[in-house]
Amino acid sequence: MKPLLEVRNVTKRFGGLIAVNDVSFDVRKGEILSVIGPNGAGKSTLFKLISSFLKTSNGLVLFRGEIISNLAPHTVARRGVVRTFQETTIFKSMTVRENIIVSHHLQSKASLLGFFLGSRKARADEKRFGESADRIIGLLGLENIANELASNLPQGHLRVLGMAIGLATDPAIILLDEPFAGLNHDETMRLVTLVQRLRDEREVTVLLVEHDIPAVMKISNRIVVLNFGQKIAEGTPQEIQNNPGVIEAYLGSEDMAVGI
Amino acid sequence: MNKKILAYVALFLVFVYAVVPMLINISGRLDFYYTLTSVALLSIASAGVWLTFYIGRINIGQGAFALAGGYVSAILISQYGFNFWVTLPIAGLFCAVLSVFIGLPILRLRGVYFAMVTLVLTEVMRLTTLALPITQGAKGITSLPLPSGLEIFGLKLIPDFSTLENPKVGFYMMAITLMIIAYAVLYRIVNSRLGHLCRSLQQNEELASSIGVNTTYLRVLTYSISSFFGGIAGASFVAITQSIYPSSFQVADSINFMLNCFLGGLGYVFGPMLGTLMLYFGWDLLFTIGKYQMLVYSSLLIILMLFLPNGVLSLFDRKEKR
Ligand SMILES: Nc1ncnc2c1ncn2[C@@H]1O[C@H](COP(=O)(O)OP(=O)(O)O)[C@@H](O)[C@H]1O
Ligand SMILES: [Mg+2]
Repeated sequence: MKPLLEVRNVTKRFGGLIAVNDVSFDVRKGEILSVIGPNGAGKSTLFKLISSFLKTSNGLVLFRGEIISNLAPHTVARRGVVRTFQETTIFKSMTVRENIIVSHHLQSKASLLGFFLGSRKARADEKRFGESADRIIGLLGLENIANELASNLPQGHLRVLGMAIGLATDPAIILLDEPFAGLNHDETMRLVTLVQRLRDEREVTVLLVEHDIPAVMKISNRIVVLNFGQKIAEGTPQEIQNNPGVIEAYLGSEDMAVGI
Repeated sequence: MNKKILAYVALFLVFVYAVVPMLINISGRLDFYYTLTSVALLSIASAGVWLTFYIGRINIGQGAFALAGGYVSAILISQYGFNFWVTLPIAGLFCAVLSVFIGLPILRLRGVYFAMVTLVLTEVMRLTTLALPITQGAKGITSLPLPSGLEIFGLKLIPDFSTLENPKVGFYMMAITLMIIAYAVLYRIVNSRLGHLCRSLQQNEELASSIGVNTTYLRVLTYSISSFFGGIAGASFVAITQSIYPSSFQVADSINFMLNCFLGGLGYVFGPMLGTLMLYFGWDLLFTIGKYQMLVYSSLLIILMLFLPNGVLSLFDRKEKR
């Protein structure tokens, strides 16, 4: 089967620093693929390159066989490649529900003028967005806080909201940058289940950057390991755990001690 | 909820169209027509500035578009014999198009940088009107006729202002009507998807583009609507004063448009309207204290902003919550 997303020899230089160095891998439809590596390995940069928030210095990113690197970010989102952020990124002064509704932008059939005039198409859109938002709220278990202002939410909920915003764009592939950071074990496990349900129920392919190794091992179909901007390994969780190079570079350190 | 809003709107309409003229007639202070006309027109320009605030940009350049709109109308009337009412939308559109070219490069800037560039823009516009032959330099364009009547398919929509017994009342009605249209448009924008997208842009540009919002397009679109308002306000002023000079709209006016928004409240559609009214009257009332006018005025503004950072309208919010 043709891969959904292809990263081909992608390189990113910041001045003299090579943050991502000639990295290649494929993402298959319907899988959860994690990118792991020590801090500063270039994982977030790689995600920004895939979502076109940064321009590549070299190499290409292809989605469904078409080049998406170096396009405008909203164009890439329109194609179905959507990134969530390492930091908690939400629209602070909107309620949870408003956050999710506004993020349905890509699915609007009416024009902005249509919305202004309240055309029939626009009203149909609004209705659809509302219903879809409620479905997402249900799927992610946000019912109780749907009308809370986002700025009042605790970390755990913010992460889920970040994911809900991503989902609202109806992506084919979602890039989650450290969605579990700062969450406790229970919250993490809840979110892990959620991500799996996203894949199973909404057929979203997931690309994940995460430091929580046990969570990564549990959730991933495959793993790519970066170190100093280079890919040093790729394989199933078992293969990665037994890869001597990976153990030396990364898993051997105290991160491994979290226990697999 | 909706009924309540409708009731307020009806009350407001009755007040501005009937009660105010009645009060003015009773008191015999006909000069209030001119004052309130100015407030209404200035509040249209402020509404535009408010809209750029809504996408997270501090706009201190509305004076430039008011000036440009004024000149477009004045030139079309004096040199090409246009009817004022036809020049009005043309002035707005001219400013909207102009702002696309100006906005494309400068809307990438944020915060103080955008504010500074727009401030300079007002001055650049003034110098341009001083320099261009068509704007006739410092002499300006004067002795413009009063707005003539407007007929569509033989239907008389607006009477010729020179036939009016008191053109001041005519101008008041015109200004109030334009203001109501402008704020209705603004209200509709804010409460439609366009407004929601503007808010997303204001709160987080990066996230907005990752949910697929074409942020450049949205910024330029909003800015051009804002400038359209500026052009309309400028052109209307020309009709009233029957003249325009490079100094008709200056940096101080641009700053006032922005202050009006701050004062009324950036979170409220009708904030700039109230802000304009208060600022205009506040300044006039302080006229009596002579040379301390500026000092007292500025101090009061600072105090207001310190204690009501969300604008005067936020007073009502608190009441509702508690
Ligand atoms: N915008 C930038 N400008 C310069 N250097 C950057 C920039 N973004 C990231 N870097 C550098 O690139 C390297 C990789 O960063 P990053 O991708 O954030 O790593 P990770 O997400 O794996 O922790 C780091 O050395 C970082 O300092
Ligand atoms: Mg990172």
